[in-house]
Amino acid sequence: MPFVSRGFRGKRRDPASAVRVPPGQHVVTDFPVLSAGPTPHTSTDDWSFSIVGEIDEPRRWSWKEFTELASETFSTDIHCVTKWSKLDTSWRGVSMDTLLDGVDTAAEFTTVFADGGYTTNLPLEELTGHKAWIVFEYGGLPLHPEHGGPARLLAPHLYLWKSAKWVRGIALQNDEQPGFWESNGYHMLGDPWREQRYWGD
Amino acid sequence: MARAAVLGRLTWRLGKVAEIVQETPAVASLLLDVPGWPGHLAGQHVDVRLTAEDGYQAQRSYSIASAPEDGRVALTVERLADGEVSPYLVGEVRVGDEIELRGPIGGFFVWKAGDPRPLLLIAGGSGIAPLMSMLRHRKAAPAASPARLLYSSRTIEDVIYRPELERLGAGDEAIQVWQTLTREQPPGWTGYARRVDSAMLNEIAWPKERVPAVYVCGPTGFVEEAAELLVDSGYDPAWIKTERFGATGG
Repeated sequence: MPFVSRGFRGKRRDPASAVRVPPGQHVVTDFPVLSAGPTPHTSTDDWSFSIVGEIDEPRRWSWKEFTELASETFSTDIHCVTKWSKLDTSWRGVSMDTLLDGVDTAAEFTTVFADGGYTTNLPLEELTGHKAWIVFEYGGLPLHPEHGGPARLLAPHLYLWKSAKWVRGIALQNDEQPGFWESNGYHMLGDPWREQRYWGD
Repeated sequence: MARAAVLGRLTWRLGKVAEIVQETPAVASLLLDVPGWPGHLAGQHVDVRLTAEDGYQAQRSYSIASAPEDGRVALTVERLADGEVSPYLVGEVRVGDEIELRGPIGGFFVWKAGDPRPLLLIAGGSGIAPLMSMLRHRKAAPAASPARLLYSSRTIEDVIYRPELERLGAGDEAIQVWQTLTREQPPGWTGYARRVDSAMLNEIAWPKERVPAVYVCGPTGFVEEAAELLVDSGYDPAWIKTERFGATGG
């Protein structure tokens, strides 16, 4: 007989939002902050975004160059491995397809790197196909440092630890190298719909 | 041990509530007997899963407050008024009930008694839970590096583990405990009576020359402020590990 928690009823959410929330998640209305160390405060004067590694000619944009690229405003749901999901968050940023346009590489994997030393790994195909952006506005305002400003990766189809805050670039790689949380017990891919939270999930 | 076993799936286990300690009006510690528990490191957490009769489930993460050498797994839970899981764990659950959990989880916000660096723990509110695991672990290892805790609460009634903290801070020179009460202080209070600030940290934090290991846990604003003050005082950001507590709701 399946286990039942004696006396637990729970707070049911409406069916409309339930289909938008992956297993084991619940909806919050605030925007929780999680990070492993102190928040870096990088000036946009010192910020740049680079694509390095298995690429013939590495690419690099200054803040000015980056914000002059074609950007998109979009709304999406986000899912944190600590169990909260936030619906209809609005962002502005540059699609990874734009940044990777014309790149000729045999690499199948990437390591995303950020100020503060944070890294996370994603297969290259998880960054392309209109699934990932480098965002610099949230809710119509510049992205606050607590949430990863001046710019962060946003790959909302994966748990939010993949969406590196304070992002500074991407290294294209032939092999998959576990990043920060992926070395500390968390799943290599992190698909919330398959509840890939931890090693072995 | 085979690598496959090390990387094996974290399985759901049933823990039996052996004891409930009402720490404050809103906070309780559940002491669980968990058959097959693989052991944990100080600072790790577990996922708790509740299942209703019709199969509806809810999950949350909770820090482990017990030391690795303690026999039972202690979860300290703050009841949130509009929460879903915490009002069940603090209020409904009785001794003898079973709770489904899996873990331990997290390999970064952890401290081992073999770490040669002096230890600095800074807690706000129920953020004390994983730091209490570290302090209990420290207490169980007399030869370990010295430890200092700064714990911020609103009022004396909100202080979690109060009697134990008083015992820990007395009679062991290598473990020092400071408290601040930010909203209201009882008559005769000799601790701090304000929010954590740079003057307070100057008095308590290890000199940066000691290259301490620092763990900060609490609400987001508290963690941001404390970590920033330490960085401003000359601490290397790489020394400071942070975790937010109570931010994930319910």
